[in-house]
Amino acid sequence: MPQLPIERIVRRERGSRPDTSPRLASAATGGQRLRDQLNDLLALGPSPETAGPGERIEDCSCPRGGGWRPGARWALGASAQAPRLREAEGALVTYARTGNRDLLTAACRRARALGLAPGMPLAKARVMVRGLDARPADGEGDAAWLARLGLFAARRWTPRAAISGADGLWLDLTGVDHLFGGEEQMCRRILAFVRRLGFTARIAVAGSLGAAHALARYGHKPLIHCRLHGEADALAPMPLAALRLDADVLGAAHRLGLERIGDLIAKPRGPLQRRFGETILRRLDQALGRAPEPFEPIVPEDPPATLLGFLEPIATAEAIGEAAGEAVRRLVPLLREQGLGVRRLILTCERVDRDRQEIEIGLARATRDGAHLHALLCARIETIEPGFGIERLHLLAARIEPLPPQPIEGELAGERPASDLAMLVDQLTVRLGERRVHRLSALESDLPERSVHAVGPLADVAHWPDWPRPVRLLHPPEPVDHVIAPLPDGAPARFSWRGRSHRVRAADGPERVFGEWWRRRGEQAAIRDYFQVEDEAGARFWLFRKGDGEDEATGDLSWWLQGVFA
Amino acid sequence: MSSAFSQAERLDALRGEIRRIEGISPAGRADFLPFGIAEIDDRLAGGGLAMRALHEVAAAGPDMASDAAATLFQAALAARFARAAGGGQVLWAVTRRDLFAPGLAQAGLTPDMVLYAECRDDAETLAVMEDGVRHGGLAAVLGEAKRADMAATRRLQLAAESDGLPALLLRRRRKAEDDPLAPPSAAVTRWRIGCAPSAPVPYDGLGRARWRVELVRQRGGPPHEWLMEAPDAEARFALFAATADRTDRPAGAWIAA
Repeated sequence: MPQLPIERIVRRERGSRPDTSPRLASAATGGQRLRDQLNDLLALGPSPETAGPGERIEDCSCPRGGGWRPGARWALGASAQAPRLREAEGALVTYARTGNRDLLTAACRRARALGLAPGMPLAKARVMVRGLDARPADGEGDAAWLARLGLFAARRWTPRAAISGADGLWLDLTGVDHLFGGEEQMCRRILAFVRRLGFTARIAVAGSLGAAHALARYGHKPLIHCRLHGEADALAPMPLAALRLDADVLGAAHRLGLERIGDLIAKPRGPLQRRFGETILRRLDQALGRAPEPFEPIVPEDPPATLLGFLEPIATAEAIGEAAGEAVRRLVPLLREQGLGVRRLILTCERVDRDRQEIEIGLARATRDGAHLHALLCARIETIEPGFGIERLHLLAARIEPLPPQPIEGELAGERPASDLAMLVDQLTVRLGERRVHRLSALESDLPERSVHAVGPLADVAHWPDWPRPVRLLHPPEPVDHVIAPLPDGAPARFSWRGRSHRVRAADGPERVFGEWWRRRGEQAAIRDYFQVEDEAGARFWLFRKGDGEDEATGDLSWWLQGVFA
Repeated sequence: MSSAFSQAERLDALRGEIRRIEGISPAGRADFLPFGIAEIDDRLAGGGLAMRALHEVAAAGPDMASDAAATLFQAALAARFARAAGGGQVLWAVTRRDLFAPGLAQAGLTPDMVLYAECRDDAETLAVMEDGVRHGGLAAVLGEAKRADMAATRRLQLAAESDGLPALLLRRRRKAEDDPLAPPSAAVTRWRIGCAPSAPVPYDGLGRARWRVELVRQRGGPPHEWLMEAPDAEARFALFAATADRTDRPAGAWIAA
């Protein structure tokens, strides 16, 4: 069951897109038939059956997959080697420390096919499988992801949703399924949605929480639909573990030969209770719908918002600005009470003709400074078309972050209070647009065009090594011709660029830059030799030649100009 | 004796008066950032670059090398202002994306000091520069514009004056034969930077780059021209050493920023 962790790892490494942002959808709830849906895990990568069998046989000394006969290797003379480990072939497991041992907590389908299972010591797994990809388990991250999905479900699918264990959700479908085209259709849509996120889910729909829990986890089908009042029949073939029992109760039942839920249903209740305690009967009753089970729905918190209605529609920029100021003044106390700051603010103007106009503002850092927010909104008011007038203003703190009370900056310590750059960044972002305010930071690359990247305006930056670099960089580099330069490593004595001929007075170089073979195959052998040259007028250029001048594979000896020094 | 002293005092007071009238800030040297080179500072009204003022920089020629020199001059001045403010931040309003940050870092403007704002046109550049100056928390504001008329520069100059921040504007030429410094401007100083052949070095390689730095106009002082050496990693300038027998020291006067 616990393969949610695996899929999160796979998903993260694929760099898949983030969750769709939750939007509100609500529906009335009634309360009869509880339905449960459970997300399970799925397989990553090709399954063992599809991975070329030929390859496997070669690397694998075990009879799995056929083609191996005792003695065959003796005959081939390959037996000098000790029996080899199984190859991991991309099998992925997670582990966590329990006591003083590392135990597997999750294994992908491929790892399971190789004989690994959760609960197995990591050391043993490593002995069994060579090159096993084992990652530390991130239980908190998994739980947080599941909580996020639960929150989304509570907003999008049903008002009553709850977390079920470490890998599932309960959704109460009562009264909401018709909004999505019926139970069957709704479940398919949920499955498809989760699949797009990169996860595999199994869904069971049943009349009780316990039955849905058991069918989703032990039913081994992506979608199980339990008949009305058919829980007893559906559960009968399930193992006892499906009833959410403790390990010692399960052990005791196993010793007495009770394996299936059906065995339990057939037994008289009195002796069962005496021997196993009351839990087993309670769980059984809950699964069969005979006993109630508490359900703790996730309650989505609505973001702080204010709504202003006007007696008369307003249409002038001043009036809208004033109204926006009032909305901000009402929003700020809400934020302060909850200890929140805004990162994204949306002002929606509802016009008389039912049209909506929106201003959206992003902030570099969480804030609840009313004057600042108002100033940012006012800078955008000109983008609103009031038409025949605006009836209502809706101000929504669409993205919020915790913002505890801030100490007042003082000069007691003798230092000047650091000015708040975030406010300037917000102001410029509103004026110029997103992503146009940034810092430049170093990337670890020797190729000049790859050594710089833009980071957020308040992010930390990395510095470049102290090699001579031009002030302005031409990208892409421009070809220069009529170059006279001695091979293999002489600086050019003369070249012409953009139609002008330059005679070189002094030069420095070469600085050799190697292609980054790990990025592109074509760069495997590539070499650039960089020279700084100064012409007779004192202008300094940054030229490079492709190739090291000796081996043709490293470049074609063409000359390029990539930058200008001061 | 005492009368001569009072005469000097009176002259100082009169000079201060003139500066006040001309809009250069009234107080003493604290409002000016010296280059740290006596020959230059003596020529500048106030003994350095005014902190609360707009300064304009232009390339001497239409070629990219002079443009790069003017850019680096501007960057080094900004770095000096930021260092004088004790690790201040600099806002650079850019319209072209060919600035190469590793090169700027070598003139003392390290990446942690610069915030870039990408603007679409000159009007936006000037507006962003004004926002930056008005914010007041920066050490300097830089920009580049092809077209900035008297009203626009006057606006910037007034903002710089009232909020106590230096603004540095790189004037670009619209056509190769234009002189970017020909249109009038409210800038307190206007500089023209061009490349000059560097001094030969006794080894195989390049010495420090050399620039022809022309102070085309300054408020409260005459124009002048120097042969300067490019700024080092601490944004220190140096004057070209005319005498050849100073090889034990790198050329020019070295004074810590």
